[in-house]
Formats: sequence, C-alpha cells, structure tokens
Amino acid sequence: MPPLVLRLSGITKRFGALVANDAISLDLASGEVLALLGENGAGKSTLVNILFGHYVADAGAIEVFGKLLPPGDPASALAAGIGMVHQHFTLGDNLSVLDNVLLGTEKLWQPFSRRREARARLAQISRQFGLAVDANARVADLSVGERQRVEILKALYRGARILILDEPTAVLTPQESEALFATLKTLMADGLSIIFISHKLDEVLAVSQRIAVLRQGKLVAIRDSAATSKAELAELMVGRRVDAPVRTTIYSGTAPEVLLSVRDLAAGGKLTRATFEVWRGEIFGIAGVSGNGQAQLADALCGLLPPTQGEIRVGLQRIPADPHAFVHARVGRVPEDRGSVGIIGDLAIWENAISERYREPGFARGGWLKREAAKAQAQRIVERFDVRSAGVDAPAKSMSGGNIQKLILGRALVNHPQIIIANQPTWGLDVGAVSYIHGELLAARARGAAIVLISEDLDELFAIADRIAVMFHGVLSEARDDWTVTQIGLSMAGGAQPAHAQLA
Amino acid sequence: MRNLLNLRLEARPRVPLAMALASPFVAVAFTLLVCAGLVVWAGAPVTRAYALLFESAFGSRFAIGETLTRATPLILTGLSCAVAFRAHFYNIGAEGQLYLGALGAVAVGGSAIALPAPILFPLMIAAGMAAGALLLVVPALAKTRLGVDEVVTTLLLNFVALLFVSMMLDGPMKDTTAMGWPQSVPIRPELEFGKLLERSRVHVGLIIAVALALALWVVNARTTLGYEMRAVGANARAARFAGIPVDTVMLKTALLSGALAGLAGVGEVAGRAGYLTLDMSPGYGYSGIVIAMLAGLNPLGVVLAAVFVAGLIVGADSMSRAVGVPTYLADVIVAVSLLSMLFAAMLARYRVRWS
Repeated sequence: MPPLVLRLSGITKRFGALVANDAISLDLASGEVLALLGENGAGKSTLVNILFGHYVADAGAIEVFGKLLPPGDPASALAAGIGMVHQHFTLGDNLSVLDNVLLGTEKLWQPFSRRREARARLAQISRQFGLAVDANARVADLSVGERQRVEILKALYRGARILILDEPTAVLTPQESEALFATLKTLMADGLSIIFISHKLDEVLAVSQRIAVLRQGKLVAIRDSAATSKAELAELMVGRRVDAPVRTTIYSGTAPEVLLSVRDLAAGGKLTRATFEVWRGEIFGIAGVSGNGQAQLADALCGLLPPTQGEIRVGLQRIPADPHAFVHARVGRVPEDRGSVGIIGDLAIWENAISERYREPGFARGGWLKREAAKAQAQRIVERFDVRSAGVDAPAKSMSGGNIQKLILGRALVNHPQIIIANQPTWGLDVGAVSYIHGELLAARARGAAIVLISEDLDELFAIADRIAVMFHGVLSEARDDWTVTQIGLSMAGGAQPAHAQLA
Repeated sequence: MRNLLNLRLEARPRVPLAMALASPFVAVAFTLLVCAGLVVWAGAPVTRAYALLFESAFGSRFAIGETLTRATPLILTGLSCAVAFRAHFYNIGAEGQLYLGALGAVAVGGSAIALPAPILFPLMIAAGMAAGALLLVVPALAKTRLGVDEVVTTLLLNFVALLFVSMMLDGPMKDTTAMGWPQSVPIRPELEFGKLLERSRVHVGLIIAVALALALWVVNARTTLGYEMRAVGANARAARFAGIPVDTVMLKTALLSGALAGLAGVGEVAGRAGYLTLDMSPGYGYSGIVIAMLAGLNPLGVVLAAVFVAGLIVGADSMSRAVGVPTYLADVIVAVSLLSMLFAAMLARYRVRWS
C-alpha cells in the first residue's frame, strides 16, 4: 500500500441555503490518479477550490503529507506541494513560456531575474516528464494543447507533488487528450498523485485508478476503475437512468431541399472560408477546437457580424447582416454565451421573451408596448418549454443556467423557425437539461427545420448531427456523415499533422 | 488582513418592501447624524441649526417657494442624467447643455424677430432644447462609431459651452444697456413663464418639469423606446443580439438627455432671470448627476431628490446666516446622503455576514 499524500475529512461548504459540499472525506495515495466525477454543480469545483485555498470550508480538515493545511491560503497550498491546472488557463498571453513559468516564483526585491538557472531547470523538468515546449515561444502563439503543457510545467516547476487537473480534456482534440494521458502516466511513474476532474465517463475509466462520484454536494460512491462500468457510473452521477434521445434518418435517396446556403463566407478576420448547405430536416454539425473561427461563423449566421466576403442565403433570399433581418427570415438563434448575450439579466422574463420581436404588431402599437400580449407570449414559452422560474415578472437572471437556456431556446423555437442556429447550446448544463435540449432540436428537425449545431463536444455531434463539418484555422471542411473519431480528431488538428498550431 | 475584514455579501432572494421604502429615510437620518458632528465642530448648536435648516427650506410659504424655484432646474437636469444613465450613456455635461439651452432661449426670445408671442414662445422652448441636444450629438456619435468615452467628451464640452456662452455675452448678444456687465439682452416680457404663486418666484417651469418626470416614468415602463433604453443600458451586447438598434437608441437617449438639460436653461431664463448671465447656474448640471443617483434613476424619484437637494441649498443659506455654519455644509450633506443612500440600497439588497 503506497503512502497517503492527501486526506480530506468531513469537508463541508455552504453557499446560503445551498450545500455545495456535504461532509466529503477522501484520500489520495502516492502515484495514484483519482478521478472526481460529477455533473455541473455537483460540487467538484468547490471541493478543489477549498483544497487549493480559494475557498474556506465551513467544516472539515485537509492533511497534506501528514500535515494540516491552513484553510483559505493558496500560498501554503502551493508550498505544501499542491499544483492546479485550471480549465481556463491562467497564462499571460503576451509573455514567453519561461516568463509564465517564472511568474511569481522569484522574490520581488531580487534585482535580476535568474533566467539562466530557471531555463536549465525548466529544460530538465520538461525532459524528465516528456513535456516538450519551446521556452522562448510566446504563449499566444501556442496551441491549446501546448498551453496546457505549460500549465503543467508551471505546477511542476513550483515543486508540485499533487496535481489537480480541472476538466483538462474539455479544450483538447482526441489526439491531444491521448498525449495528455501519456503525460499523466509518466507523472504517476515518478510518484506524483493526480486528481482528475471530469464528467466524461470514457476518459475517467481510461485514466484513473479510483473514481469518486459526487452528486448534489455529496460523495455518493468511490469505485475502483477496474471494477466498474460506464453504465454504473452514469447512474451514480445522475441518480437515475438517462436515455439518449433517438434520431431517425430522414433522407434516404430523396433529393434534399436546401434551406440555408452559405458561400465563400469570411468575417471578423478569423473566419476565412466557409461554404456549406443545410437541408430541410437535418442537423448540420460544426466541430472544431475553440478559437478556430466558429464564433465568427456563428455571429455571421446570427446577423451580428457583417461578412467581409461571401453571402448567406435563406432559401433563395440573400440576408443582410442585421439580427432583425435574420429573425424576420425565420431564423431561430441560440447564442453561445447564454448569460451575457442570450438574455438581458436585469429585465423581466417576459421582456426577454419578446426581445427579438418587440416592434412587431403583435407586441407594440404606435410606440406603446402591449404588455398583456407580451406576458401571454412569455407564458406560452414558459409552459411549452418547461422554464422554471418565480413567474414571468421575475428578472431573467434569477433563473438557473438550464432554465435560462430553455427560455432562449423557447424564444427561438416558439414561432417554428425554418432555420435554427445553435452555438454550444448545451455547454455547462446538467444531463437532464442537455437531453431536453437535444430532444427539442430533434423535434424541430423532425418538423422539417434546418439546424446548424456548433459544438466543441464531439459526443454531442455524433449523437444528434446528421452531417458534420470541421472548422480549422478559419476554414470549414467538407461535411461528411461517416466520420470516425480518429479522422475527425485529425481534421480538427489541421489534417495529417496533429496538435500543431491550430490557433492562429 | 484576511481575518480582519472577513465579511461577505449574500444577495437576498427578495428585497422586503418595507426595507426598500425605509432605506432612503434611514440614509437621511444617518446623514444628519454624521453631519451633526460638523455642526458641532463649527461651534453651533445642532438642534437649532437643523431646525433653522428645515424651517428656512420648508417652514413657510416663502421658504417653500424658494425651494421649489431651486428645484425646478434640478428636476430637469436630474431627469437629463437619469435618462442617460439608465441607457449607460454617462452624460456629465448637463451644465454645458443647460447654458446652451439658455443661450438658445435668449437667441429666440430676445431677438427682434417680429412674430407674435404665441408662435415665438414654443419656438423659444424648442430652440433651447435643440441647443442642449445638439451639444450631445458629437459625443454620442463618437461613442457609438469610434468608442470614444462619453464621460470625457461630455465633461470637457462643459468648458467649451461655457466659454462659448461667455464669448456671446461679451460679443454679439451683449446687452449694451447693462453697464458693461457680460449679460445678454432680456427676452421679451410676454415670453416669460407665468408665476404659480403670488409673492414667490415659483413659475410654470415647475409644472413642466414634474409633468415631464411623469411622462418619462410612463415612457420607461410602457413604450418601446423605454424598453429599448432599459435593454441597451442593462446589457448592450444582448440587446444587439436581439436586434435592438443599439447605436440609434444611444443617439436618441443622448438627444433626449441634452434636450432636458437645455430645457432647464430655458426655464432659468424665461422663468426666473429674464436674461442670461454667466453665473446663472450654481452647478445645477453637476447636481443633476447626484440627484439622478439619489433617485436610483427613477424619474419620479428625481422629483423628490431634487426637492430634497434644493431644500438643503436654500436652508443652508439661512442657517449659515443665523448660526454661522458655513454654507458648504449643504454640499457635505448632499454628498454624505448620496453615499449613505447607496449603502442603504446595498444593505437592502444584500445580507452582510461575518465569518
């Protein structure tokens, strides 16, 4: 039995009435990978934030290498050998790799930076663990996979013996994820211990020895990876059985009707060429690592970003770059950032329900809002799309993320649009809301809508998209309906050579 | 350090109505308590000073008349700021717009244009409002087109406007009969606003200001324009996504804000002085900012806040004469009440916890 390096006992944390962590006790052995599995909001992030000293627990204690860790102090967590790789990297984009690694490690009153020694030490660490990165490269020029390596190097340089990785594969291509798993094996062999946070079952099973499942702030089970299954973990994580929505093939031989056609589209600098057609009754998936121009494509398809080149046609009609024109052409739009673009949080739910149509005769006459009609419309959306709230007069921001997304989806779908543009519609939602939204998109597809689904989650695309095209470096690939995971991964990384320079 | 100030704010799920209503009164009480220290420091008896302050602001017909006369331009500049701030257009230039509005009123009302008064009167008001609005065209366009910060442009345009007025009063619009004082020609007597109360200076401008506050309250809550202004102010990105013409709304808001401040200038010329001088406004434009904030940007709240501030200014004058407390106390009370009002509003919305 390898020695214990970390022991959490009875960690409890409350936010108001919400118990984010309820008496969680866990331990971690030397050279072990422990996976923390749970849905969004299960309490994973709270737990590691307590461990790292960002939050102070209401009760419970943390022991690292046999010594009690003072609460609420990231500096002592670092000193005790805990390193954290956040999901959203904490790197200075305009600094070199070496500068990023050195940042904060030197004394402020030391007159010169000891860069030569630092460089040698960094080179030694990256050789030892097989983490090749050019120390002089600017972080802005690195790919996402490389940036993650820099984050890991940063932690190792500070002498971390316990590494926490928060959703490390969320931003990686499948090939980059494989490379990360190989790195984790090297680290383990050297005796480091790793806490690996994820909600993806396959990779949790592949990479860890033990799996701790959190649900609604409680530790519901600890399983040996060798002795469990995906089905069991899924049920533990959600607390009930989850059935994936079923998709039926619509086109088999008959000629498709084109509802949306995009030709030679370029916009916003980052989108350089996109040409595709979306058919009636189809979900057209767009895959890609974030930052490859999907945001610009989505903005152009929502009428927010004027194309610098090319055109967007709905049916035969060319649509000008104006959100109102797109709504008028019966394009339902679901933006990526639901909290700050999808809704106006301070306005009431009913005011958000009509924000795309408030000038239409149904909701306004002679400059006066028809409040009753607007509230009735909101009520229709709330009932039809199962939006849970304290009533349509409550501010939109008072709802949970899943309900906000249902409101946005409802606003987009309530008038049966012929085209739907959905950008990351399920990002960060719990399994129940995800399956609801997939169900609604599939229902719209069955009704004959043409749907563009932009997503970074390959599982989602494989589950509900009919054809998938890949964005890389501002260019959209041919759409195919027969991708394998390996092929699409290669394509997301720019063709034959994986994991190099995906980011402009 | 970490343990000294370990307090946390938790949003209340619902703000109790009693708390929301009580918070301004608690804030005023707290302000008077704090400022009592200053009165003592100035060597005056606190209760007598405050009694004098209240009496000379609200204690007699004459006092109320003076307070309401002062409140009239303050309501309008307060509305000007409240409207603009609600849409996140930070117009700090109400002072300059007020002076340009006054200049516009004098240009029409004091001119030799041979039109009958019933035609000239609306023209005079329109000219003043247009002059105030015009001053905001450039800041509004610079903000929406080029992303230039409107706080800087509107603030600096105050000086441009004042110097321009100064130039006009020393030049083309100078009253040559005014013994060399830089003072404009008077407007025609039949264009002056009627008085509301006998033996007081309260004029029709007060009715106009209060009516506009009511109108703006209705506009805010019930019209598409109010909806657009609130949406743009609360979240411009989401408003743009929804198809609300953010830039146009911003420009409309700016014009409305400038026109309201311009109207304050018209009122001062036509309702009170009859002509324009460079010391016509003791900072009504800047006070408008404070009044808008005190009112929580609510148009009806602006009326109350303006009367409160006007009462303090009027009251502090008499108090200072009677017990020798500097008139600056009025400024201090206004400032402290703004701070405590903001704190009170926050405490109503959040619960403070020490851990």
